[in-house]
Amino acid sequence: MSGRAIAVAIAVLALVALPYAITEIYYVNIASQILLYAVFALGLSVLVGYAGLVSLGHAGLFGVASYGVAYLLAAGHGHTVAILAGLASALVVTAGFAAVSLRAGGITFIMITLALGEIIWGLAYRWISVTNGDNGINVATRPAPFGLSLASARGFYGATLIVFLLAVAGVAIFVRSPFGAALCGTRDQPRRMTALGYHVWMMRFWAFMFSGLLTSVAGILFVYYNQFISPQALALAASAEGLLMVISGGAGTLLGPVIGAALVVIIKNVASAYVERWNFLLGAIFVAIVVFMPEGLVPGAVRLARAAWRALKRPKAAAPIPLTGPKP
Amino acid sequence: MTFWVLLTVNSVTFGGLLFLLSAGFSLIFGLMRIPNLTHGSMFMAGAYIGATLLAGDLGFTLNFWLAAIAGALAVAALSAIMERFLLRRLAGQQLAQVLVTLGVSLMVADLCLMIWGGDPISVATPAGLGGFVRAGPAAFPLYRMAVIAIAVVFAVVLWLMLERTRLGAMIRAGVDDPQMARVVGIHVSRLFTIVFALGAGLAAFAGMIGGPILSVYPGLDQDMLPLALVVVILGGTGSLLGSFVGSIIIGFIYNFGQALVPELAYFVLFLPMVLVLVLRPQGLFGEQVL
Amino acid sequence: MSALAVSGLGKSFGGLRVTTNINLAVAPGERRLIIGPNGAGKTTLFNLITGEIAPDSGSILLFGRNITRMASRNRAHLGLARTYQIITLFARDTILRNVTLALLGLSPLRWNPLIALDRQHHLAAAGRAALERVGLGHIADRPLAETSYGEKRRVEIAMALAQNPKVLLLDEPFAGLSIDERSDVRKLLVAIPRDVTIVMIEHDMDTALDLADRITLMHFGEVIVEGTRAEVVADPRTREVYLGE
Repeated sequence: MSGRAIAVAIAVLALVALPYAITEIYYVNIASQILLYAVFALGLSVLVGYAGLVSLGHAGLFGVASYGVAYLLAAGHGHTVAILAGLASALVVTAGFAAVSLRAGGITFIMITLALGEIIWGLAYRWISVTNGDNGINVATRPAPFGLSLASARGFYGATLIVFLLAVAGVAIFVRSPFGAALCGTRDQPRRMTALGYHVWMMRFWAFMFSGLLTSVAGILFVYYNQFISPQALALAASAEGLLMVISGGAGTLLGPVIGAALVVIIKNVASAYVERWNFLLGAIFVAIVVFMPEGLVPGAVRLARAAWRALKRPKAAAPIPLTGPKP
Repeated sequence: MTFWVLLTVNSVTFGGLLFLLSAGFSLIFGLMRIPNLTHGSMFMAGAYIGATLLAGDLGFTLNFWLAAIAGALAVAALSAIMERFLLRRLAGQQLAQVLVTLGVSLMVADLCLMIWGGDPISVATPAGLGGFVRAGPAAFPLYRMAVIAIAVVFAVVLWLMLERTRLGAMIRAGVDDPQMARVVGIHVSRLFTIVFALGAGLAAFAGMIGGPILSVYPGLDQDMLPLALVVVILGGTGSLLGSFVGSIIIGFIYNFGQALVPELAYFVLFLPMVLVLVLRPQGLFGEQVL
Repeated sequence: MSALAVSGLGKSFGGLRVTTNINLAVAPGERRLIIGPNGAGKTTLFNLITGEIAPDSGSILLFGRNITRMASRNRAHLGLARTYQIITLFARDTILRNVTLALLGLSPLRWNPLIALDRQHHLAAAGRAALERVGLGHIADRPLAETSYGEKRRVEIAMALAQNPKVLLLDEPFAGLSIDERSDVRKLLVAIPRDVTIVMIEHDMDTALDLADRITLMHFGEVIVEGTRAEVVADPRTREVYLGE
């Protein structure tokens, strides 16, 4: 077994054992939050990191799935119907987002996804007959797949863990596939990819749909976790949070979004105990990361580790005078 | 009948307000290629600062117009600082600049919440403009007519600035071809700071002007930013005429939408933007496809 | 039937006429050189042929097939390949991955999100073979960022050749190369079999002139002179274009 496979196996075992090792429900719930946001971040990273398209409207897709589930449950339907319908409606909206925003790339794409996300938020806020507006919709029960109850923190964690592992596996397979490699190609040289015979628009469309699928799944986990959904979960700040998770961890890596999600969730929960206004902190961290560590914490850490390793291995010689000043 | 007439007047008024908000956004985007996500926050900050100065919370009272101008200047100064020390560092990296404006907008919104609290603040209509103007059976709120007049005045002033002054010529050159503008000797970085401050100041001024109509509340920034976005996507970036026409159109759609289908008002707003993106991606009056 | 036939091709950007009434007929297997001063519209012509920009007038025929309205990506599937004047490679990847992407573009595998790309040994083998042909087989696994400019130019050519093109458009393949590198690339181009038609834009006349069967001279977006090497060199208009500015 290769070194990487062993590391993965250990990590999975650790995650499975977690709710038994940690007894406090609060921390098990934090872990569930981290995992479901990691799925959200993975979904967003497919678009941001691999397709090179930055979306500021993904909280809208997240929210459509959540609201879909909550609405149908409140209307008296069962969990299976609610989940399937929530997923389906989110995918339809994703296709709509994609068709409209893929008209352009770059900055325009950001603006359009931002506007679209805001529109979904505005609908959640104003379409009171459907969404109950600011009051939100309550979700009475969690599903019980195969008779196993997800009402407890541990039970829910288990379900979330399974979904998370599937999501990670899915993205890993995707990234290593020909389609994944080609998608990265469209990120780096879209003109050339077209000249090489690729259908760039269509590739971006399917990447968007895959991203939307993962985001919707995260949205469904979210609404069952909180057993509540309100327009706040779809606000621009929520999309910004998702983006922060992706860029702080490192956009084009598999582990990056997961670490980013963990960081943001932990800081948010720790900070809420001391700081009243989380958004201010979120904004400040955003600015700090963009200005000082744009490639994200994971690539940045890897870079520093490599540099340190090389420095240790190299015999000490007279340090050359740097021309441009010390590099970080 | 009067209902429709009033709705029309309100739409034109709101359009005027939107113009004041989005003209700056359009210029900033056209010149610096950054969608300034702090624009909604600047609108809100201008309103909050103006309202504070108007209410005399700092120990002295200013009249409405001075308060509006003071708020605009304060916001313009702070925006200039942000541009100079954060955005200029990231020159050429559009995505990073957008994300910085996003981060700052979150910070400003929370700061306003911390300073002014969660309750909406109403702004009194300025003295002398509180009444109505009667034309036949209809009574038009005088202040709303004033807002329309102000918007028109600013439109003309901005147009004159762009077409007749050296600064305007530099801005237009920068919008058309930033590389060439640099080569020709235009101090592009300084121009960026000036335009950014101008755009933000205009938004802040608009915030105060809108105060008597919209009042000031947390979340005002989130309400206004998507409107500015839709106006600019519709009208075309870097185009003053586009902002003007786009603002009027959106003003109508938004108000009529709110009145007729209040729950789906946002969705109705969505449609012209989608149509424009599908049929004419550069907007009605834009030159370059974004 | 010509391999590539362009007739009446014209393009304007706003008020600027970039190409005017271009007529070009390249026979199968021919080596055609397109020369002309900067701004003559040579690269624009290539962009029109590959479909990156749409012409205002005229038509383009590839082996008799009208591709004027055809999407750019589909022209690659008909056997049209090109290299670029400015290096537009995938900087984050290895040389082999760069060539693999070129190969993948024409393969239905490019839509497959499930299998592992690295396990497609036939693709890797074809990629290595393509790199061998340009003399880069020994550094196939090197990251592109660690290669020299000359090696990058050869990667461009390897990618274009990997597509097994019928018509190959080379945009200044010798640009920025040292004398030795030029000689290497020249040998490469000479070795390309005659079932590939080559149209080349080049500035460096010394290297390119004797590679060409026929030469087309362009200036201000128009074809000024066309003929064999001898004809073009002797034509007084050629001198006018290059010296009469």
